[in-house]
Amino acid sequence: MARTFTEGSKAVAETVKLCRPNVIAAYPITPQTHISEELAQMVANGELKAEYVTVESEFAAASVVLGASATGARSYTATSSQGLLLMTEVLFNISGMRLPVVMTCANRAISSPINIWNDQQDSISVRDAGWVQLYAEDIQEASDLHLQAFRIAEHPEVLLPVMVCMDGFILTHAYEPVDLIEQKEADAFLPPYQPQYYLTPKNPITFGAMMGPESYMEARCQLDRALCGSTRIVEEVAKEFKKRFGRFQGALVDTYCIEGAEIVLVAMGSVISTIKEAIDLLRKEGVKVGLLKVRCFRPFPREAIKEALVGAREVLAIDRAFSPGSGGVLATEIRASLQDVKKAPEIKGHIAGLGGREISVETIINIVKDRKSVGIEDRFVDLKEALLK
Amino acid sequence: MIEIRIHGRGGQGIVTSGELIGFAAFSDGKYAQAYPSFGSERMGSPVTTYVRIDDRPIRTRTLIYNPDFIIIQDSTLLATEPVLDGLKPKGLVLVNTKKSADALGLNLNSRVLTIPAAELAMEVLGRPIVNTTILGAFAAASGAISLEGIRNALEHRFTKELAEKNLKAATKGYNFVKEKKQ
Repeated sequence: MARTFTEGSKAVAETVKLCRPNVIAAYPITPQTHISEELAQMVANGELKAEYVTVESEFAAASVVLGASATGARSYTATSSQGLLLMTEVLFNISGMRLPVVMTCANRAISSPINIWNDQQDSISVRDAGWVQLYAEDIQEASDLHLQAFRIAEHPEVLLPVMVCMDGFILTHAYEPVDLIEQKEADAFLPPYQPQYYLTPKNPITFGAMMGPESYMEARCQLDRALCGSTRIVEEVAKEFKKRFGRFQGALVDTYCIEGAEIVLVAMGSVISTIKEAIDLLRKEGVKVGLLKVRCFRPFPREAIKEALVGAREVLAIDRAFSPGSGGVLATEIRASLQDVKKAPEIKGHIAGLGGREISVETIINIVKDRKSVGIEDRFVDLKEALLK
Repeated sequence: MIEIRIHGRGGQGIVTSGELIGFAAFSDGKYAQAYPSFGSERMGSPVTTYVRIDDRPIRTRTLIYNPDFIIIQDSTLLATEPVLDGLKPKGLVLVNTKKSADALGLNLNSRVLTIPAAELAMEVLGRPIVNTTILGAFAAASGAISLEGIRNALEHRFTKELAEKNLKAATKGYNFVKEKKQ
């Protein structure tokens, strides 16, 4: 293992290379990150033996990895924002065909208004596509998650695509020290993909055939069961990763200062690190506050969340995306998870950091301190009232 | 923790400056984080990069509001952008200009240092690429990174030939500040 100081996108590209993908497809211009640029360079330099397909749109990129994966090739793509939305139709096909594609989503806002900055509306908008969704807190985790993602996706009990979500710019464009794994260690952790069913002229089969009212529902149910069942594999893989590489940043969830916490903040992605800083400051003032980090958003780890939040008096969810007309997505799902808990904590939702709006340590501290003065409706944090007139 | 804010214009190598300071600190055995504030930047538009250096892992991922050091790679920004906002008392501003610190008339409760980086860079690089010269000056003025760290960062980032040339530029900036101090 070697520690270096590198950019988030580069660290991810290096790790994807370690995963030895056979096929990479990407739409090479905006909204795209350095990840696909770096990988293209590696293939061009002969450092990575993969078929790199530059396509005319994200719809085509997703279609290429779908087709490639159906032939048994380990397949990878990366996108962001509008690009992910353009892939939407294919995303459902990939999971429906049970293809273990891995994708990086550099989380960015959705138009309109046009905005290229970070929030998580893109991946949250495709939460029902049947993919496993994992959210990274920092560059190290974003990078490590890719190695874990292929293991989870290709597990015979899962066979589902995995989306690794990392906050755009905040993680993709930042530089940090990162421990990169050696190829030998990566190979031992992630052996070659052994597909059970794949397209080959020698044994013709069909993927994604028509299923009428007599069987469609069962196929959908199987997808749901596999996705729900993948929680066990997500945990198993995170544990094995820890054993091999000594790093563990949570499996389904992770906690910080949650012992005896009366107030628990819940969030996903890079804001987790900022919340930890805020918690250290608040704890010094005697505020009994802790953190629940949701690392796996799909499948939604209801049991792990319940276990972590039982005993808390107040839960403050922070969403970097929302469902217009309903509210914060994390807040809504947490409410649903705790509805059968006796003496359930009061849950307040906060929509923050949309379109690159900063979530500072002060923002978090204010959310905690102002909690008594706000109602239970999910609220937008740090709004500029003058602009709303 | 030391917090540094670098201001310049698109095309001046501001993002690279942040990366190089971060790598230099990393190779000096410290923790570092560099984060460019991206927008739809173009050549010539104002660009900012943020760098943090600490002895322990850095978790904060916000912008930097109260920097210990401000580096201004294009002095025309002083007139048009709030580049000096939030500077800590007893902080340091390093400005790329031929003018003296007094002539800038910044009226700050902090140290102001100027360096004619374009002229110094021209002598070594033959082109007015100022970022590595300023990097050397920053190392000398702040003590936050070492010249050796800059060498490692340049060798990591550039080809051998380019690294050597830029190290000369950085050394020039370093010596300029050291001599000015005495």
